[in-house]
Amino acid sequence: MTAWRVPRRTLVAIAILSVVLTLLDASGLAFWQGLAINLAIFIILVEALNLASGFTGVFSLGHIGFMAIGAYTGAILTLPLRTKAEYLPNLPGWLSGVHLDMAVGPFPLGFLVATLVAGLIVMVVAGLVGAVLLRLSGHFVAVATLGFLVIVRVILFNADEITRGSRTFSNVTPYTNLWWAWGWAVVAIYVAWRLKFSGYGREMFAQKGDRWAARSIGISILRPRLVAFVVSAFLTAVAGSLYAHFITSFSPTVFYFDLTFRVITMLVVGGMGSVSGSVIGVIVVLALAEALRRVEEATLLYGLGGILLAAFFLAVIIFRPDGILGARELSLERVIGRIRRRTSPGAGKEAPGPG
Amino acid sequence: MDVYFLQQVVNALSAGSLYALMAVGLALIFGILRLINFAHGDVMMVAAYLAAFSLFAGLPVPAAIVTMIVGTVVVGVLMERIAYRPIRGGPEVAMLLTSFAVGQILQNGTLLLTRLGNQPTQIAFPAPDFLSGVVQIGAVTIPRVNVVSFGSGVVLLVLVMLFLTRTRTGLAMHAAAEDLPAAQLMGIKVNRVVATAFALSAALAAVAGLLYASQAGQINPYLGFTPVLKAFIAAVIGGFGSIPGAVVGAYALGFLEVIPTALSGIADVLPPGSVSPGVHDLLATVFPSGLGSYRDAIVFVFLILMLLFRPNGILGGGAKEDVP
Repeated sequence: MTAWRVPRRTLVAIAILSVVLTLLDASGLAFWQGLAINLAIFIILVEALNLASGFTGVFSLGHIGFMAIGAYTGAILTLPLRTKAEYLPNLPGWLSGVHLDMAVGPFPLGFLVATLVAGLIVMVVAGLVGAVLLRLSGHFVAVATLGFLVIVRVILFNADEITRGSRTFSNVTPYTNLWWAWGWAVVAIYVAWRLKFSGYGREMFAQKGDRWAARSIGISILRPRLVAFVVSAFLTAVAGSLYAHFITSFSPTVFYFDLTFRVITMLVVGGMGSVSGSVIGVIVVLALAEALRRVEEATLLYGLGGILLAAFFLAVIIFRPDGILGARELSLERVIGRIRRRTSPGAGKEAPGPG
Repeated sequence: MDVYFLQQVVNALSAGSLYALMAVGLALIFGILRLINFAHGDVMMVAAYLAAFSLFAGLPVPAAIVTMIVGTVVVGVLMERIAYRPIRGGPEVAMLLTSFAVGQILQNGTLLLTRLGNQPTQIAFPAPDFLSGVVQIGAVTIPRVNVVSFGSGVVLLVLVMLFLTRTRTGLAMHAAAEDLPAAQLMGIKVNRVVATAFALSAALAAVAGLLYASQAGQINPYLGFTPVLKAFIAAVIGGFGSIPGAVVGAYALGFLEVIPTALSGIADVLPPGSVSPGVHDLLATVFPSGLGSYRDAIVFVFLILMLLFRPNGILGGGAKEDVP
């Protein structure tokens, strides 16, 4: 692929996305706007997990813990001073004076800064956790990171002065709109894409493919894993902050195993290691979940949706273990080639094998 | 102080027995298939519901217990046949994810069935008489269920050990755990051995479910999550896949867990003047009165330390790291 074609396509895609978002924004269809924001937040979460797990083969079950820290950090930072004094009266002194609710004209600069700060704090946490845990292999790292999730949950429940413990945390300013959510989603996709085809990305996939071979040619195992983990944690925290300022009231129970399983389902269905696959996985699973939710509400058969979603996930693992795309990327050339071959009989025999 | 101490010991032994029943089931299956069966906690949850509804239906207690065990074993064996057999020998993480999906199906299935039967989902568990009330031993008052947990735990674990070492099927399980393909070549019917392992593991989970529900008083479809995590930790402490290790690890975890609760606020419990003010302040800082609520976090920090420094258990050596 020649160098100039990639940016042009990217620009076209972003232009189309902007038009769709403008139309959706103007339409006033609250349900679809909410769904689109959810879609964007899940895209960030799944791209981030893809980066940490799909690229490196190290399965993390602790990412929702990063999301939780991001959500609480972002929400506490943007609370206006007066709300903070009333709502979180026991906040430690150094934190009680911080209020990132400033705006430059209509632009909520404070929200952007708070989200970035949340991301950076979580990056540091992930660096510490990762340096310790990413040495483990296979399912042991999965369970160790699950332990991290439990630890985060226990702390959120008990740090009453900061998180209000098990009580709902509300009064968050609803900053997150279509533009914020999709802006960050584009950033997440871009970061994942650039990393995949960078030297770091090659190292990640190399040590995933065969760690002894990778070591033998001088590729470190821990470094690419750690890079992936830390960048991924940043994006996950951003998704957390976006979520907090979208939903505006939440409690520690949200950030636990159900959400973890949902994000993993999306990742596995799309294909671990594929940036475009993650987007497809999010769309497929979210559409399925939404449809099943409606069936549940119409029939009152609560639980049916969960069973069918889990059965779908099971079927993917058994019959198509690499997901929809595997580690490949969606390519316009391949799709067009396939359509051409199908529409013109005989041409298929001369066409070169699938890319 | 002495009474308090004894009660903590009994709590530790009773929790340890419960963890041991669960951890042995995990270790049995991990040993043969290298599968961490996270749905094991949900199997236990299914058992609690089977027991509750059998008792609600008016079955006498022994019949209810038999119904519970048989029903749970059927669930365990079906689970293996439908979900785990197709991916047997697959990547470890794929098997782990499969077990998550199975767990979700069991949870949502229970939710759906209670809905269909017009029953509340969260129910008060009708603990049978021999599992409710308290017993008085000297000055110590102990919930009866804790005594029964400890006793039945020990008896069942001894029976499992005898089964594994003294019967042909038990030996076949050992062979399968040692080397599955080789066992198959030696004429061992591997499918039958695996099914037996799942049946045995489900039966132990069923007993654990009855005891757990009687202790907790309330049951809901999500109650299996924490016990399976604890059982996993117990198995890691003992050396994953080893059955005696799982038992040792489970009792170690039982004691480990009561320590934060026992030590929280210890500075305020001590009689005044028994320690110097400096020591008193140090104790108050290291063991604040809220320490007990951080119990699960402390236990998981311990798990992570175990995985890092003694991944083959307190008795084993070596390391399971990708990075030497």
